Amino acid sequence: MSATTSPMQAGTRENEAAMQADERVRRLSRWHGFVNRPEFGSIAGTMLVFVLFGIFAGDSGMFHLDGVMNWAQVAAYLGIIAVGACLLMIAGEFDLSIGSMIGFAGMMMAVPSMFLHWPIWLSVLFAFAGCMVLGWLNGYLVMRTRLPSFIVTLAFMFILRGLTLVLSTYFSNSTIVSGVGEKVGSDPVVSALFQGSTLHGVFAWLARVGIIDKLPDGEPIVAGMPKVLLWWWLMAIVAGFVLSRTRFGNWIFTVGGDSAAAQNVGVPVRRVKISLFVFTAFCACLFGVLQVADVGSAAADRGLQKEFEAIIAAVIGGALLTGGYGSVLGACFGALIFGVVQIGISYTSFDSDWYRVFLGAMLLLAVLFNHYVRSRATRSR
Amino acid sequence: MTSNDDYILQLENVSKFFGTVIALQEVTLRLRRGEVHCLLGDNGAGKSTLIKTLAGVHSPSRGRYLVDGKEVRFASPREALDHGIATVYQDLALVPLMSVARNFFAGREPVRKLLGLIPVMDIAHAARVSEEKLAEMGIHIRSPHQAVGTMSGGERQCLAIARAIHFGAKVLILDEPTAALGVKQSCNVLKLIHTARARGISVIFITHNVHHAYPIGDSFTLLNRGQSMGTFCKDELSKETLLDMMAGGSEIQSLVAELEGRAAA
Repeated sequence: MSATTSPMQAGTRENEAAMQADERVRRLSRWHGFVNRPEFGSIAGTMLVFVLFGIFAGDSGMFHLDGVMNWAQVAAYLGIIAVGACLLMIAGEFDLSIGSMIGFAGMMMAVPSMFLHWPIWLSVLFAFAGCMVLGWLNGYLVMRTRLPSFIVTLAFMFILRGLTLVLSTYFSNSTIVSGVGEKVGSDPVVSALFQGSTLHGVFAWLARVGIIDKLPDGEPIVAGMPKVLLWWWLMAIVAGFVLSRTRFGNWIFTVGGDSAAAQNVGVPVRRVKISLFVFTAFCACLFGVLQVADVGSAAADRGLQKEFEAIIAAVIGGALLTGGYGSVLGACFGALIFGVVQIGISYTSFDSDWYRVFLGAMLLLAVLFNHYVRSRATRSR
Repeated sequence: MTSNDDYILQLENVSKFFGTVIALQEVTLRLRRGEVHCLLGDNGAGKSTLIKTLAGVHSPSRGRYLVDGKEVRFASPREALDHGIATVYQDLALVPLMSVARNFFAGREPVRKLLGLIPVMDIAHAARVSEEKLAEMGIHIRSPHQAVGTMSGGERQCLAIARAIHFGAKVLILDEPTAALGVKQSCNVLKLIHTARARGISVIFITHNVHHAYPIGDSFTLLNRGQSMGTFCKDELSKETLLDMMAGGSEIQSLVAELEGRAAA
């Protein structure tokens, strides 16, 4: 027995020696590479959440098409702003005014069209332009004063929330401006872009051939694909592409990783950061406009606390609070976790009050996990 | 008297004042083509101000700055860079969380057209070039996609130098490149300076370590309290004299004696 083991041991020792000599070119397994990616934590988290809800709510209809559409829409709304927040965080800045911007965008769209008799397309354009100007102002103040973006955007969080309330009560004597839905519906372009769902033919066909369930009258159980989902995917694909493939994406990482270094190698730090504040404001406005078009009214409390949810989604998705690291795909999975948990919990026997507890725990877990993964990925030799 | 053509970079009687503080006084520094010129001085000698003047961060309060014999006045470091004067500061301008390839080309990304339409960063090209350029400098990395944070201090220094050379530096200003490094890594950086010189690049090597400066340097300028104590060729002075001048005389004699004793033993 011992005679056979000793040559084998010698053999392994030789192999080990050879491997050590060649340490610099050792191949990392694909698994190892995947684990070290920023979005790994959120993908693992998404799987965990699906498994949990599969166990506790598997037969409740949560995973039927209508249930899926429910949580997918929640994820999509959040996903849109998470994409913006994620890019901005990678560039090393925060925007706490996202939530207030959503409410303000809704008012900028609703008030001119309802009370000043602007055509709806013009007021939608006005909302986008207004938000982007505000985003620019956020960015300009941060870069100009060199104050932390946390403080500057915190100020705007209150300013914009307050203005939303002021506008609403001034014009309509209430915190809600209603009737915008019909206005949107009367404009073919605006309603085609932002209202309701699409691909009705495809869903009807899927129902006919029996892939999706039918209502008693033969209509498909879900009329079509909600446009907010398409917007989410479009934003995610564009932002993900820009971040990972373009020059500008490399600038985002450089600026967030070390802004002095970025300046020294000739990256236009100011321009990069300000344009990302504008992009984040654009995302918030898109959220606001889609919501107003869908719900049919603008309200002063729209988007409350959404800035935190967006940041949490980005952090679950692997973004580093100090910048320089993160992924758009990760932020999207972070948003998906939100949607599944928020809606899914009502399908289970748990009290839905547990939703925030669960999310807080998820956030803590994600941060710890990401910290561990990152220190592994950049471990100094 | 040598003609001006021999010098790629000259500071002639340059003074720099910050309010009442005289940071540099009547300093003259002349860099020959293809030499390694060591700038020695203790903390507070004015090395940083001198580097920043050369790099275009400060402009001299008095005196002349000549590049290729022509007087220049840089408004920004970018202009110095356009003249081929690259400065590698101690912080190296590297982002630890980003990959080697992305760092190498940060701010100067190679671009190709995707489907002949959309401009994207040519990451394959960046990876290939950065790996090649590092290999030329004798640094072999696991992968150009590894994070810079995984590299050692010496490797990072080499990466920053290789990057400056790749982007057309004629003059390389190295700010204390060996300050934070161990013996072996310092040795690698010295080798790298030698490689750069062999490729015709002129180097200003700032340090306070004579043991690093003497083996690699062709000429030496000593700074003390904002003033130049003169420039010397290597054959004009021995390492001991250099050490002596650095320390400013008697107080270090005993240490020098000890060092000589150790060398003899």
